[in-house]
Amino acid sequence: MDDLYRDYILEHYRHPHNFGVLEQPTASYEGANPLCGDRITMQLQVEDGIVTEVGFTGRGCAISQASASLLTDEIRGKPLTEVAEFGAADLLDLLGIEISPARLKCAMLSFDSLQHLLDDIGAKPLAKDAG
Amino acid sequence: MTTETRPVASPLDPVALRADFPILDQEVRGHPLVYLDSAATSQKPTSVLRAMDDYYRRDNANVHRGIYALSERATADYEGARVKVARLIGVSDPHTIVWTRNATESLNLIAYSWGRRHIGRGDVIVLTEMEHHSNLVPWQILAQEKDADLEFIPIDDDGVLRQDVFEVLLRLKPKLVSFTHVSNMLGTVNPVEEMTRRAHEAGALVSIDGAQAVPHMPVDIGAIGADFYSFSGHKAMGPTGSGVLWARRELLESMPPFLGGGDMIREVHLRRSEWNDIPWKFEAGTPDISAAIGLGAAADYLMALGMDRVRAHEQELVAYALDVLPREVPGIELYGPAADQRGGVVSFNLPGVHPHDVAQVLDRFGVAIRAGHHCTMPLHERLDLSATARASFGVYNTPADIDALAAALREVQALFGG
Repeated sequence: MDDLYRDYILEHYRHPHNFGVLEQPTASYEGANPLCGDRITMQLQVEDGIVTEVGFTGRGCAISQASASLLTDEIRGKPLTEVAEFGAADLLDLLGIEISPARLKCAMLSFDSLQHLLDDIGAKPLAKDAG
Repeated sequence: MTTETRPVASPLDPVALRADFPILDQEVRGHPLVYLDSAATSQKPTSVLRAMDDYYRRDNANVHRGIYALSERATADYEGARVKVARLIGVSDPHTIVWTRNATESLNLIAYSWGRRHIGRGDVIVLTEMEHHSNLVPWQILAQEKDADLEFIPIDDDGVLRQDVFEVLLRLKPKLVSFTHVSNMLGTVNPVEEMTRRAHEAGALVSIDGAQAVPHMPVDIGAIGADFYSFSGHKAMGPTGSGVLWARRELLESMPPFLGGGDMIREVHLRRSEWNDIPWKFEAGTPDISAAIGLGAAADYLMALGMDRVRAHEQELVAYALDVLPREVPGIELYGPAADQRGGVVSFNLPGVHPHDVAQVLDRFGVAIRAGHHCTMPLHERLDLSATARASFGVYNTPADIDALAAALREVQALFGG
């Protein structure tokens, strides 16, 4: 079995979950990976402190698209307090594949975008070293 | 190296040549290395490695300073390398060769030194849509500082510069036209002599980025007639940290220094200094001596091969790739002009597979290519692409390397198609 392009990763790449534009987003953020030109736009809809809807659009490699698909699945329906605690290591666990240093930026594009969204809506300040 | 014994008229024998490049003789992930990223950096022949090693083992001393044997030898080799590089690019006056770290630094040197003195408010600089970031950003910085205007020659759908639009842009009376000799993404070989002539007729100076030309084809700067010509040594068989700016002697003499410090001065007083002669006026501080010596050895190596033969070999490879890839890899999208109009570069995409994933899977088969925007984000925007994969060739590549690429690409399709 392929150690990076596992079936579920390819499945999320071909048919990403939560792919699309929200009608009434609370916040939107466009994240970019300057190394490869990948861009994704992520949106959150928040009601009473709960992430009721989440969506993303954009182009990217299998790793960045599968990562966004898995991440949005994970946070949908969760309280913001819980989403704020979700860390980079948790996302790597969720991906469940060995990510080489060169591809870490791909895996983290959706996560970094989420951190900007959480900062925008006042749920969690952006770490100083975040891009 | 045994090139002296090869008959001049015969084509290059890349299989025999590979013995000059020890790095190629290795396995990567259980497969023989197939190196297809020479547009990013070339591999280095043993003669270059030996020249640098000899300098450090035998001659290491600072240049232009010591009154002793080592320094004299180091200086002779450092300046001798300038003569070799001048010969490679058709320059008769080696003192018009300025050592830089790479083409990027050469282009910045022009923008900072010549540009700051000659570009003013409302002046026009003409660039093209196919430029590498290194021939865009220095001019953007300059234009912002001086409130000057940048104009761009567009490409047509084959990736060829629109000469009719260039003609119109020249009516704006630009001060400078700066463009690439060969596109690092499309491979397009631009008609540099013709464009230089027309720019001069319109009163503009001409700067050419030769990073993708010098390693791959005969370049005769005298025949081109440009005012500035830049290239990187590390793409031309030389070491990283070696680069060249060539400019006409009058220009170099009239330009203010780029960096101040040791070696670039004739006299220093507490409040003023007098500059050294060219090219040393532009080489402040202890230079990368071994890199210059290595690039000199690289120039010797390329000249011994014969740049006509290098060009012929790489054109054959490109023609083979443009023929084989669409047949062997169904659905592949290729970008750029026909084989006779391009250098050794083939950019492509597999529909439904991101180029990063293409490159990652290829690596498992020992095939090294580049994926991304290749420092040409505006060009990718123009082509409505977020990224591409790129295979690029050097003298040591063979048709078998392209067969290996095609076979590995079919593996990518098998993985992503299922």
